[in-house]
Amino acid sequence: MEGYRRRGRDEMKGGGGAYYRAQIGETWVDSADQRSDVQVFRRPDWEMDCRPTTVVPSGEELRGNRGGRSRTAAGGVAHEEVFIWNCVGPPSVLKPLIPPPMKEVSEMPAGGEGDGGKGLQCFPDPGGTAPQMPFFDHILENVLENVLCFLTSRRDRNAASLVCKSWYRAEAQTRIELFIGNCYAVSPSRAVGRFRRVRSLVLKGKPRFADFNLVPLEWGARLTPWLTAMAPAYPCLEQICLKRMTVADDDLFLLACSFPRFRDLSLICCDGFTTAGLAIIAENCRYGIHLSIQGISDRFTTAGLYQFESWFSSTRNLRSLDLIENDVEDDEDEAVDWVSMFPPGNTCLESLVFDCVACPVNFEALASLVARSPFLRRLRVNEHISAGHLCQLMARAPQITDLGTGSFAASGDADDAETALESAFHASKSLSCLSGFRGIAAEYLHIIRPVCAHLTSLNFSYALISPQQLSPVITCCPNLETLWVLDSVGDDGLQMVAASCRKLKKLTVFPLEATEDSEGSVSDVGLIAISAGCRKLRSILYFCQRMTNNAVVTMSQNCQELVVFRLCIMGRHRPDHLTGEPMDEGFGAIVKNCKNLTRLAVSGLLTDVAFAYIGKYGKLLRTLSVAFAGNTDLSLRYLLQGCPRLQKLEIRDCPFGDAGLLSGIDHYYNMRFLWMSSCRLSLNGCEEVARALPRMVVEVIKDMPGIENDSVHKLYMYRSLVGPRNDAPTFVNIL
Amino acid sequence: MERGRNLYTTDDTDQNLIKATELRLGLPGTDEQLDRPSRGCKRMMEATSEENDPTVETTSNEYRYQESPPSAKAQVVGWPPIRSYRKNNFQSRWSETKEAAAGAPGIYVKVSMDGAPYLRKIDINVYQSYEKLREALEDMFKCFSLGYSPGAGSGGRSNYAVAYEDKEGDWMLAGDVPWRMFISSCKRLRIMRGSEAKGLSSNS
Repeated sequence: MEGYRRRGRDEMKGGGGAYYRAQIGETWVDSADQRSDVQVFRRPDWEMDCRPTTVVPSGEELRGNRGGRSRTAAGGVAHEEVFIWNCVGPPSVLKPLIPPPMKEVSEMPAGGEGDGGKGLQCFPDPGGTAPQMPFFDHILENVLENVLCFLTSRRDRNAASLVCKSWYRAEAQTRIELFIGNCYAVSPSRAVGRFRRVRSLVLKGKPRFADFNLVPLEWGARLTPWLTAMAPAYPCLEQICLKRMTVADDDLFLLACSFPRFRDLSLICCDGFTTAGLAIIAENCRYGIHLSIQGISDRFTTAGLYQFESWFSSTRNLRSLDLIENDVEDDEDEAVDWVSMFPPGNTCLESLVFDCVACPVNFEALASLVARSPFLRRLRVNEHISAGHLCQLMARAPQITDLGTGSFAASGDADDAETALESAFHASKSLSCLSGFRGIAAEYLHIIRPVCAHLTSLNFSYALISPQQLSPVITCCPNLETLWVLDSVGDDGLQMVAASCRKLKKLTVFPLEATEDSEGSVSDVGLIAISAGCRKLRSILYFCQRMTNNAVVTMSQNCQELVVFRLCIMGRHRPDHLTGEPMDEGFGAIVKNCKNLTRLAVSGLLTDVAFAYIGKYGKLLRTLSVAFAGNTDLSLRYLLQGCPRLQKLEIRDCPFGDAGLLSGIDHYYNMRFLWMSSCRLSLNGCEEVARALPRMVVEVIKDMPGIENDSVHKLYMYRSLVGPRNDAPTFVNIL
Repeated sequence: MERGRNLYTTDDTDQNLIKATELRLGLPGTDEQLDRPSRGCKRMMEATSEENDPTVETTSNEYRYQESPPSAKAQVVGWPPIRSYRKNNFQSRWSETKEAAAGAPGIYVKVSMDGAPYLRKIDINVYQSYEKLREALEDMFKCFSLGYSPGAGSGGRSNYAVAYEDKEGDWMLAGDVPWRMFISSCKRLRIMRGSEAKGLSSNS
């Protein structure tokens, strides 16, 4: 340490100018120029290489700003100081924006990064502040943290945190990936208070049935309170993945301003934002002066501290922007040209997914962006990109491995597009994942054949393809592991898939006509074929109109590695179409034979017997979706008392009542949520559950007028550490 | 146990029987193709399990709105479980490949009402006329009083108007253009008070 300190001192003197002492964890603002916020933080591996951590902009200028760190040597006093100073221009008065972290003894380390992370606060302080814990325990915690940082699975981490308080603290300090499965199960402040060093966040909001219009649009799951809590607390946040949250453009703005290291944004099934919000995210990279500084400081050694200018151009930019099946609400003439907002010069973009954005994008801007993104490996464009445009994009980005092809149809000059596309695909060496095909004409299908041999993932779920059209393509795809198709390929098409794609692990068959009384082009025949050919199948989602128990049983025997089995017989209450029996035996065989099954969706005519099977054999089941099934409350009891791992249970239109609901009282605290809609619940029953389980939030959603007060139309129930939420709309009654 | 198995065979001869007893859910105003007595409150299942509860009433009020027999095209909300994002994506392709009227997937638009605390998303494709749409909207937003009284007949309806936002972003009163043109250009619906609507009609 001494050596460093001396060096630091000399350099500081060389730089000149006044300097100020800041504490780790503080945020300072230059009062002369309110733009330049500074986050004072410590790198987690500070101990190892003792690099300086923070740099400060001197108002507008970047030159000559440096930081250093010292530790007062005498007695090993724990507090760490950072020197920040301003070498250019008059010294500004810097004032702390956030008070420095407290040093009192507490169960968990208080304050920001600086005072407890590695147990440094545990050194006895000759100045008189109370010691946190004995010296040797500090060593243990330090060691623990260094070991626990290798633990990546969140379930392992949860288990580790239960060992003792010391492990709890150490785990909390080393968890960098935070997963929150229900945004209302915990408050933002509580999450932020426990986990101080989060770099990656996954946050899920609305129940899954919101995708099918069963949850009113104003229900909740807003991102704003989370951002407000995280902005001051997580300076190192790099990744955010949101699912079924309501994200406003203002939230995207706050996100862009608050997290200097932000790199990866993934929005799945979210709503509430527009292209204006996307523009903010894209543009964020350009003007983030203080953002760039944080990035710079990581790379610097003390010797390189002066070389700001060369680093400025290679500042860390957005790395991935993935928009998956979101509802991006724009009127066409209000849409913002967000693609043009990416900064000039080379970007760090690795993944750009925007196939759900309904508005056309500025193609020249997109082509230019692609050309200057050398690391781009995934690009999924929306349907407004024609085949002709696609070739140009492919030409500019030959390194792409995952391509969403947009419409894959010509707009205008058909011949040129076809030949250009052909050569583009011939030239491609690296494509392994294809999707899009939103407007594909059958005669274009052959174009992708050159890349088929290496394809591992193919999404034809927007392409109307007949079995004859599928055949020449699918036979060239022996390495396919993931396949999405429409049922227009028919049982014949599925037989071809089974014959060619022996390595298939995930199959999704969507219906072209998603209505109950559609013809349905796939059936039990296709399912049997798939099970015979694709023995390694792990996950299947299959929409059909005709199914037999025999087919499902066969699949359970052939594909024992199934983890996800979702069968949707679209006509409600449909029995086995050959025998007329309920589908109990089929699903029973699935839970019995597929020992790894964790997710199941049932359909068709089902009696209590099916649920008895599930309760008896579905010991690893975590997610279960039930619709239009069951006879009596026994079904619900079998499930709730038989499946110990059941986390997510969503039920609609089943004849389950209060007795069934109450049979699960011993289990609900183990679950993430329970959804029951259009069943036979009454307010009394739900109130009884609410009384018995104080930590459950029991929401009764009443979004249809005219419902009697005593009956419950929609119940959404989840465990929560914080009690009823305070942002519930008027149509939600929390019991 | 006896399940009345004959009800579940899928022979063509029994198809009508199945359709006759099959529960149809849907918002009011859906077109009927079969003339059946109202059976909104019974499921096919319950017809055979009398020992459980012969007088089955569901709590779902989607059933309750069926004043008239539902059509073969009537859809349950959210069933089959396909995201509306995906359903909407096929809309344009559907009109090319099949008759748009025969089972085209839904066109989901948001409906807002002044003063109502939430928006709804409805499938306007299931309604065949403005009248049916209007009835559906009335039922959906009945609890928010707009001065509409059920017994008032046509007089009650003049208290509110339905406006829609078309592809160009203009707000127009619903009812002027032919129905087909309307559903292909409607992006959003709004129920507004009669006084505001007068301003709209005078501008257009």
